[in-house]
Amino acid sequence: MLGDGSLERLKREGRIVVVGASLAGLRAAETLRAEGFEGSLTMIGDEPHEPYDRPPLSKQVLLGRAAADRTALPRLRSVDATWRLGVPATGLDMAAGRVRLADGDEVPYDRLLIATGVRARAWPREAEAELDGVFVLRTRDDSAALARRLEEGPKRVLVIGAGFTGSEIASACRERGLAVTVAERGAAPLVGALGGVVGAVAAEMQREHGVDLRCGVMVTALEGDASGRVRAAHLSDGSTVETDIVIVSLGAIRNTEWLAGSGLGAGPRGIACDAGCRAFDIRGIVTDDIYAAGDVARSPHPLFGYQFLSLEHWGNAASQARIAAHNMISESTDRIPHMEVPAFWSSQFGVNIKSVGVPSLGTEVLISQGALRDHRFIGVYGYQGRVIGAVAFDQARWLPFYQELIETTAAFPPPFPTVDRRSDGQRPVDADFPDPSVPTHGPTVTLGGYSPADRRMTFTPAH
Amino acid sequence: MVRIAVDLNRCQGYAQCAFLAPEIFTLHGEEALLYAPEADEAQRAKLAQAAAACPVQAILVDAVDVPAEAVSDAR
Repeated sequence: MLGDGSLERLKREGRIVVVGASLAGLRAAETLRAEGFEGSLTMIGDEPHEPYDRPPLSKQVLLGRAAADRTALPRLRSVDATWRLGVPATGLDMAAGRVRLADGDEVPYDRLLIATGVRARAWPREAEAELDGVFVLRTRDDSAALARRLEEGPKRVLVIGAGFTGSEIASACRERGLAVTVAERGAAPLVGALGGVVGAVAAEMQREHGVDLRCGVMVTALEGDASGRVRAAHLSDGSTVETDIVIVSLGAIRNTEWLAGSGLGAGPRGIACDAGCRAFDIRGIVTDDIYAAGDVARSPHPLFGYQFLSLEHWGNAASQARIAAHNMISESTDRIPHMEVPAFWSSQFGVNIKSVGVPSLGTEVLISQGALRDHRFIGVYGYQGRVIGAVAFDQARWLPFYQELIETTAAFPPPFPTVDRRSDGQRPVDADFPDPSVPTHGPTVTLGGYSPADRRMTFTPAH
Repeated sequence: MVRIAVDLNRCQGYAQCAFLAPEIFTLHGEEALLYAPEADEAQRAKLAQAAAACPVQAILVDAVDVPAEAVSDAR
């Protein structure tokens, strides 16, 4: 393609199709136009809504401070696209360069960006999942329906799964004065993402705010009344929780089923792509016209031994999409790699939780500032003698410092003396992540090996 | 209407926005920010001030008028 004018032709009159009209899709479209793409741009989304922001859906909206249908993403520039919304993509013909849609239509492309993200994992028993009052929370419609029901003042809300979303929901419900039970299979909330030491703090926060938190239990069955409304949940410890609302927060599933049989390297772990966002085919050969970005993508990261990293993070979706868009319309020598340090936030029970790096890869944790008992601290995670991640509870301003330690692969435990001497101790302790072979809610960060379709592949920290 | 999103990875709780546009931005607890994802057109100037004053430039506001190119199943 070098120097033969084909790139200029692509930018002038090419056809770019973006499948996935959420944060990553929109930011990619804006970048394509900002970098001079003048051809036709088609945005395909399975939901009938224009791109909207998800973080408010489990916070402001559930608190009743914003309407679920008023969280559309700000537009940073005009994208002049053809929008095909409410029509999911159902297939990909790589040889012909066409995306098949649910309405039977086919859309041809010269360059394709896949940003189909993830969806909420549904309650596994279908009949129970369909009971009135059983919810998941991922989309704008989910959030609107749940907020409406919370408005009616249910007698009790049951949240299944205490990952970030489940914990935020529990927090919002308590703030509204609703009785809340949380059932978590692991030993503590957030344990998959942050480990047991920090998870214990999250458990304390929930209980102090009046959550009936039950760890180490599973919900075995949901029970409905004669009219099909959920009325109770049965737990593995033999107890029963009477409840009007059940919110299933068991993590997410990557939207790759529509790519089955296409020949693209897509599977339950996402779409494998190179650091420049170009997707691999199932033979492990990188394509030159298909790109992936956001929650659905997984790509090798130099900070983590070039293992494939997939992230369900807002910031990653935005930045990876910009890089994918840039690379889609650049010569190979002008392409840039996606190697941002992972970062995410959550706010729950009045505490601002932020993280950089990959705490779930850590084996040890050191409380370097503040104190666990104050719910105000920094935990630094170590992996094979280096700093791999950090989490801050109400200490966000320090995080850039720890990010730099991660970026420079600084030694763990960190060599500097703690900044304040009220620390919980200078010595690292076992971060207490759950045994990966025991099922629990997973971290929103996943590292894996090579084969994108290998279902046996699991996240295995080097304990 | 003006749409708003805050990059909360960037946000460090300086709360300049909460002083300049308290109807839109409030602190929730010690340092977590809660914001209205949409504001009235009348608040655009205030919002621009708040966005400009953010020390880490975390506030994203509509730069284009969207309805013109919104959405539908147009082909």
